[in-house]
Amino acid sequence: MSLTHYLMVSAILFAISVIGIIINRKNVITLLMCIELMLLAVNTNFIAFSRYLNDEVGQIFVFFILTVAAAEAAIGLAILVVLFRSNKDIDVEELRELKG
Amino acid sequence: MTVEQIVFYVFATLTILSALGVVTVRNSVQAVLCLVLTFFSAAVLWMLLEAEFLAVALVLVYVGAVMVLFLFVVMMLDVDFASLKQGFTRYVPLGILVAIGLLIGLYWVLRGEVFGLEAMPEPAKHAADHSNVETLGLLLYTDYFYAFEIAGVILLVSIVAAISLTFRGRRERRGQSVPSQHRASKDERLHIIKMDAEVAQDDESETDDSEKAAGKNRDQTKGETS
Repeated sequence: MSLTHYLMVSAILFAISVIGIIINRKNVITLLMCIELMLLAVNTNFIAFSRYLNDEVGQIFVFFILTVAAAEAAIGLAILVVLFRSNKDIDVEELRELKG
Repeated sequence: MTVEQIVFYVFATLTILSALGVVTVRNSVQAVLCLVLTFFSAAVLWMLLEAEFLAVALVLVYVGAVMVLFLFVVMMLDVDFASLKQGFTRYVPLGILVAIGLLIGLYWVLRGEVFGLEAMPEPAKHAADHSNVETLGLLLYTDYFYAFEIAGVILLVSIVAAISLTFRGRRERRGQSVPSQHRASKDERLHIIKMDAEVAQDDESETDDSEKAAGKNRDQTKGETS
Protein backbone atom coordinates (compact mmCIF):
# COMPACT_ATOMS: atom_id res chain seq x y z
CA MET A 1 0.00 0.00 0.00
CA SER A 2 1.41 3.34 -0.95
CA LEU A 3 1.15 6.50 1.09
CA THR A 4 -1.30 7.90 -1.45
CA HIS A 5 -3.87 5.26 -0.51
CA TYR A 6 -3.90 6.20 3.15
CA LEU A 7 -3.82 9.92 2.42
CA MET A 8 -6.75 9.60 0.01
CA VAL A 9 -8.81 7.69 2.59
CA SER A 10 -8.27 10.47 5.08
CA ALA A 11 -8.94 13.12 2.42
CA ILE A 12 -12.28 11.43 1.63
CA LEU A 13 -13.09 11.31 5.36
CA PHE A 14 -12.29 15.00 5.64
CA ALA A 15 -14.47 15.83 2.62
CA ILE A 16 -17.35 13.83 4.09
CA SER A 17 -17.13 15.73 7.34
CA VAL A 18 -17.06 19.02 5.44
CA ILE A 19 -20.26 17.92 3.67
CA GLY A 20 -21.74 17.06 7.05
CA ILE A 21 -20.99 20.49 8.46
CA ILE A 22 -22.49 22.17 5.40
CA ILE A 23 -25.71 20.17 5.21
CA ASN A 24 -26.46 19.83 8.92
CA ARG A 25 -27.24 23.44 9.67
CA LYS A 26 -29.34 22.74 12.73
CA ASN A 27 -28.13 19.87 14.86
CA VAL A 28 -25.24 20.74 17.17
CA ILE A 29 -24.59 17.09 18.01
CA THR A 30 -23.99 16.24 14.35
CA LEU A 31 -21.69 19.23 14.03
CA LEU A 32 -19.61 18.00 16.97
CA MET A 33 -19.49 14.52 15.46
CA CYS A 34 -18.30 15.94 12.12
CA ILE A 35 -15.51 17.76 13.94
CA GLU A 36 -14.49 14.45 15.56
CA LEU A 37 -14.47 12.89 12.09
CA MET A 38 -12.22 15.68 10.77
CA LEU A 39 -9.80 15.10 13.63
CA LEU A 40 -9.79 11.39 12.82
CA ALA A 41 -8.85 12.18 9.20
CA VAL A 42 -6.04 14.47 10.34
CA ASN A 43 -4.78 11.85 12.78
CA THR A 44 -4.74 9.22 10.04
CA ASN A 45 -2.61 11.58 7.97
CA PHE A 46 -0.19 12.05 10.83
CA ILE A 47 0.13 8.31 11.40
CA ALA A 48 0.59 7.52 7.69
CA PHE A 49 3.38 10.08 7.38
CA SER A 50 4.92 8.82 10.61
CA ARG A 51 5.07 5.31 9.15
CA TYR A 52 6.40 6.26 5.73
CA LEU A 53 8.96 8.75 7.01
CA ASN A 54 9.98 6.33 9.78
CA ASP A 55 9.59 8.98 12.44
CA GLU A 56 7.59 8.24 15.60
CA VAL A 57 7.12 11.90 16.50
CA GLY A 58 4.01 11.97 14.34
CA GLN A 59 2.41 9.46 16.67
CA ILE A 60 3.25 11.70 19.64
CA PHE A 61 1.34 14.45 17.87
CA VAL A 62 -1.64 12.16 17.41
CA PHE A 63 -1.50 11.37 21.11
CA PHE A 64 -1.81 15.05 22.01
CA ILE A 65 -4.52 15.63 19.40
CA LEU A 66 -6.53 12.77 20.93
CA THR A 67 -6.14 14.36 24.37
CA VAL A 68 -7.26 17.79 23.23
CA ALA A 69 -10.12 16.31 21.20
CA ALA A 70 -11.40 14.40 24.22
CA ALA A 71 -11.31 17.60 26.30
CA GLU A 72 -13.07 19.48 23.49
CA ALA A 73 -15.81 16.87 23.23
CA ALA A 74 -16.38 16.93 26.99
CA ILE A 75 -16.68 20.72 27.14
CA GLY A 76 -18.73 20.88 23.94
CA LEU A 77 -21.25 18.39 25.26
CA ALA A 78 -21.42 20.22 28.60
CA ILE A 79 -22.18 23.46 26.76
CA LEU A 80 -24.77 21.57 24.72
CA VAL A 81 -26.52 20.32 27.86
CA VAL A 82 -26.58 23.84 29.34
CA LEU A 83 -27.89 25.19 26.01
CA PHE A 84 -30.66 22.61 25.98
CA ARG A 85 -31.63 23.51 29.55
CA SER A 86 -32.00 27.19 28.75
CA ASN A 87 -33.46 26.96 25.23
CA LYS A 88 -35.23 23.58 25.26
CA ASP A 89 -33.78 23.12 21.79
CA ILE A 90 -30.39 22.64 20.13
CA ASP A 91 -31.14 24.36 16.84
CA VAL A 92 -28.07 26.29 15.72
CA GLU A 93 -30.12 28.75 13.71
CA GLU A 94 -31.99 29.83 16.81
CA LEU A 95 -28.79 30.95 18.48
CA ARG A 96 -28.80 34.62 17.65
CA GLU A 97 -28.95 36.33 21.01
CA LEU A 98 -25.52 37.85 20.45
CA LYS A 99 -26.44 39.17 16.99
CA GLY A 100 -26.66 42.95 16.98
CA MET B 1 -3.74 -9.22 -3.88
CA THR B 2 -2.02 -9.69 -0.57
CA VAL B 3 -3.84 -10.05 2.75
CA GLU B 4 -2.73 -6.56 3.74
CA GLN B 5 -4.31 -5.06 0.63
CA ILE B 6 -7.56 -6.91 1.22
CA VAL B 7 -7.67 -5.71 4.83
CA PHE B 8 -6.88 -2.16 3.73
CA TYR B 9 -9.57 -2.01 1.06
CA VAL B 10 -12.24 -3.65 3.22
CA PHE B 11 -11.69 -1.39 6.20
CA ALA B 12 -11.13 1.77 4.14
CA THR B 13 -14.48 1.14 2.44
CA LEU B 14 -16.09 0.47 5.80
CA THR B 15 -14.63 3.69 7.23
CA ILE B 16 -15.90 5.79 4.35
CA LEU B 17 -19.35 4.19 4.25
CA SER B 18 -19.90 4.57 7.98
CA ALA B 19 -18.63 8.17 7.83
CA LEU B 20 -21.25 8.80 5.13
CA GLY B 21 -23.77 7.25 7.50
CA VAL B 22 -22.79 9.73 10.22
CA VAL B 23 -23.70 12.73 8.11
CA THR B 24 -26.79 11.34 6.39
CA VAL B 25 -28.65 9.16 8.89
CA ARG B 26 -31.75 10.83 10.31
CA ASN B 27 -31.67 9.25 13.74
CA SER B 28 -28.98 10.74 15.96
CA VAL B 29 -28.45 7.54 17.94
CA GLN B 30 -27.75 5.69 14.70
CA ALA B 31 -25.36 8.47 13.66
CA VAL B 32 -23.41 8.02 16.89
CA LEU B 33 -23.26 4.27 16.32
CA CYS B 34 -22.02 4.87 12.75
CA LEU B 35 -19.29 7.06 14.17
CA VAL B 36 -18.32 4.23 16.53
CA LEU B 37 -17.99 1.93 13.52
CA THR B 38 -15.88 4.56 11.77
CA PHE B 39 -13.52 4.74 14.71
CA PHE B 40 -13.24 0.95 14.88
CA SER B 41 -12.35 0.58 11.21
CA ALA B 42 -9.98 3.55 11.37
CA ALA B 43 -8.27 1.80 14.28
CA VAL B 44 -7.71 -1.19 11.99
CA LEU B 45 -6.10 1.13 9.42
CA TRP B 46 -3.86 2.54 12.13
CA MET B 47 -2.96 -1.00 13.08
CA LEU B 48 -1.89 -1.59 9.46
CA LEU B 49 0.33 1.47 9.76
CA GLU B 50 2.00 -0.14 12.78
CA ALA B 51 0.69 2.39 15.29
CA GLU B 52 -0.56 -0.25 17.68
CA PHE B 53 -0.67 1.85 20.82
CA LEU B 54 -2.68 4.63 19.20
CA ALA B 55 -5.06 2.14 17.59
CA VAL B 56 -5.83 0.64 20.98
CA ALA B 57 -6.04 4.10 22.53
CA LEU B 58 -8.49 5.15 19.83
CA VAL B 59 -10.77 2.24 20.64
CA LEU B 60 -10.47 2.69 24.40
CA VAL B 61 -10.61 6.49 24.61
CA TYR B 62 -12.91 7.29 21.72
CA VAL B 63 -15.24 4.33 21.51
CA GLY B 64 -15.09 3.65 25.24
CA ALA B 65 -15.37 7.16 26.62
CA VAL B 66 -16.11 9.94 24.16
CA MET B 67 -18.71 8.14 22.06
CA VAL B 68 -20.45 6.82 25.16
CA LEU B 69 -20.60 10.43 26.35
CA PHE B 70 -22.16 11.41 23.02
CA LEU B 71 -24.63 8.57 23.31
CA PHE B 72 -25.59 9.63 26.83
CA VAL B 73 -26.16 13.21 25.72
CA VAL B 74 -28.19 12.19 22.65
CA MET B 75 -30.39 9.93 24.71
CA MET B 76 -30.69 12.36 27.62
CA LEU B 77 -31.76 15.38 25.59
CA ASP B 78 -35.38 15.21 24.62
CA VAL B 79 -34.91 16.76 21.20
CA ASP B 80 -37.15 16.36 18.20
CA PHE B 81 -34.44 15.22 15.83
CA ALA B 82 -36.79 14.93 12.88
CA SER B 83 -37.43 18.68 12.89
CA LEU B 84 -33.69 19.30 13.11
CA LYS B 85 -33.25 17.49 9.82
CA GLN B 86 -35.64 19.79 7.97
CA GLY B 87 -34.00 21.80 5.26
CA PHE B 88 -31.53 18.95 5.08
CA THR B 89 -31.63 18.63 1.31
CA ARG B 90 -31.40 22.37 0.66
CA TYR B 91 -27.65 22.47 1.15
CA VAL B 92 -26.80 19.06 -0.36
CA PRO B 93 -25.76 20.45 -3.81
CA LEU B 94 -23.53 23.05 -2.17
CA GLY B 95 -22.00 20.41 0.10
CA ILE B 96 -21.28 18.02 -2.74
CA LEU B 97 -19.80 20.85 -4.82
CA VAL B 98 -17.47 21.89 -2.00
CA ALA B 99 -16.48 18.27 -1.33
CA ILE B 100 -15.73 17.56 -4.98
CA GLY B 101 -13.62 20.69 -5.22
CA LEU B 102 -11.78 19.73 -2.06
CA LEU B 103 -11.19 16.18 -3.27
CA ILE B 104 -9.91 17.30 -6.68
CA GLY B 105 -7.48 19.69 -5.03
CA LEU B 106 -6.36 17.10 -2.51
CA TYR B 107 -5.97 14.44 -5.19
CA TRP B 108 -3.80 16.75 -7.23
CA VAL B 109 -1.57 17.19 -4.17
CA LEU B 110 -1.57 13.54 -3.09
CA ARG B 111 -1.49 11.81 -6.48
CA GLY B 112 0.68 8.79 -7.14
CA GLU B 113 3.58 10.67 -8.71
CA VAL B 114 4.04 12.69 -5.52
CA PHE B 115 3.41 10.18 -2.76
CA GLY B 116 3.38 6.90 -4.70
CA LEU B 117 5.55 3.91 -4.03
CA GLU B 118 8.30 5.19 -6.34
CA ALA B 119 8.54 8.55 -4.63
CA MET B 120 8.04 7.16 -1.15
CA PRO B 121 8.79 3.44 -0.86
CA GLU B 122 7.16 1.49 1.90
CA PRO B 123 9.56 1.18 4.82
CA ALA B 124 10.60 -2.22 6.07
CA LYS B 125 8.26 -3.79 8.59
CA HIS B 126 9.40 -3.77 12.18
CA ALA B 127 10.55 -7.02 13.74
CA ALA B 128 8.06 -9.05 15.71
CA ASP B 129 9.63 -8.07 19.02
CA HIS B 130 9.55 -4.34 18.24
CA SER B 131 7.53 -2.49 20.83
CA ASN B 132 5.58 0.52 19.63
CA VAL B 133 4.63 1.40 23.20
CA GLU B 134 8.26 1.43 24.25
CA THR B 135 9.27 3.75 21.41
CA LEU B 136 6.42 6.14 22.14
CA GLY B 137 7.07 6.04 25.87
CA LEU B 138 10.75 6.85 25.41
CA LEU B 139 9.87 9.86 23.27
CA LEU B 140 6.99 10.98 25.46
CA TYR B 141 8.84 10.90 28.75
CA THR B 142 12.03 12.54 27.50
CA ASP B 143 11.65 15.01 24.65
CA TYR B 144 7.96 15.70 25.06
CA PHE B 145 7.61 15.55 28.83
CA TYR B 146 6.68 19.22 29.13
CA ALA B 147 3.94 18.84 26.52
CA PHE B 148 2.78 15.68 28.27
CA GLU B 149 2.29 17.54 31.54
CA ILE B 150 0.47 20.36 29.76
CA ALA B 151 -1.85 17.73 28.26
CA GLY B 152 -2.60 16.56 31.79
CA VAL B 153 -3.41 20.14 32.84
CA ILE B 154 -5.69 20.52 29.80
CA LEU B 155 -7.60 17.42 30.82
CA LEU B 156 -7.92 18.74 34.38
CA VAL B 157 -9.20 22.10 33.13
CA SER B 158 -11.73 20.34 30.92
CA ILE B 159 -12.98 18.28 33.87
CA VAL B 160 -13.39 21.43 35.98
CA ALA B 161 -15.06 23.29 33.11
CA ALA B 162 -17.50 20.49 32.31
CA ILE B 163 -18.51 20.06 35.94
CA SER B 164 -18.86 23.78 36.64
CA LEU B 165 -20.91 24.25 33.47
CA THR B 166 -23.44 21.55 34.27
CA PHE B 167 -23.50 21.73 38.07
CA ARG B 168 -26.73 23.30 39.24
CA GLY B 169 -26.05 23.71 42.96
CA ARG B 170 -27.28 21.53 45.72
CA ARG B 171 -30.50 19.65 45.28
CA GLU B 172 -33.09 19.97 48.04
CA ARG B 173 -32.33 16.99 50.14
CA ARG B 174 -32.17 16.29 53.84
CA GLY B 175 -28.73 15.46 55.02
CA GLN B 176 -26.54 15.62 58.02
CA SER B 177 -24.43 18.77 58.34
CA VAL B 178 -21.43 17.67 60.32
CA PRO B 179 -19.75 21.09 60.70
CA SER B 180 -22.82 22.72 62.15
CA GLN B 181 -23.28 19.79 64.50
CA HIS B 182 -19.76 20.29 65.72
CA ARG B 183 -20.23 24.02 66.16
CA ALA B 184 -23.32 23.60 68.34
CA SER B 185 -22.67 24.43 71.99
CA LYS B 186 -24.47 23.47 75.19
CA ASP B 187 -26.33 26.79 75.34
CA GLU B 188 -28.08 26.12 72.01
CA ARG B 189 -29.37 22.76 73.15
CA LEU B 190 -30.66 23.46 76.68
CA HIS B 191 -32.72 26.49 77.62
CA ILE B 192 -33.50 27.16 81.27
CA ILE B 193 -36.63 29.27 81.70
CA LYS B 194 -37.54 31.04 84.88
CA MET B 195 -41.20 30.80 85.80
CA ASP B 196 -43.46 30.91 88.81
CA ALA B 197 -44.24 27.81 90.69
CA GLU B 198 -47.54 26.18 89.85
CA VAL B 199 -49.49 24.32 92.41
CA ALA B 200 -51.54 21.42 91.18
CA GLN B 201 -55.28 21.91 91.76
CA ASP B 202 -56.69 18.43 91.75
CA ASP B 203 -55.47 14.85 91.58
CA GLU B 204 -56.46 14.04 87.94
CA SER B 205 -54.35 16.66 86.28
CA GLU B 206 -51.45 15.70 88.46
CA THR B 207 -51.56 12.06 87.31
CA ASP B 208 -51.93 13.13 83.63
CA ASP B 209 -49.06 15.55 83.59
CA SER B 210 -47.01 13.95 86.26
CA GLU B 211 -43.95 13.69 84.03
CA LYS B 212 -44.28 17.18 82.64
CA ALA B 213 -44.74 18.61 86.06
CA ALA B 214 -41.74 16.76 87.35
CA GLY B 215 -39.67 18.13 84.47
CA LYS B 216 -40.91 21.63 85.09
CA ASN B 217 -40.14 21.39 88.77
CA ARG B 218 -36.65 20.22 87.97
CA ASP B 219 -36.06 23.12 85.61
CA GLN B 220 -37.45 25.48 88.13
CA THR B 221 -35.22 24.32 90.90
CA LYS B 222 -32.22 24.52 88.58
CA GLY B 223 -33.16 28.03 87.59
CA GLU B 224 -33.55 29.07 91.17
CA THR B 225 -30.30 27.64 92.27
CA SER B 226 -28.31 29.13 89.40
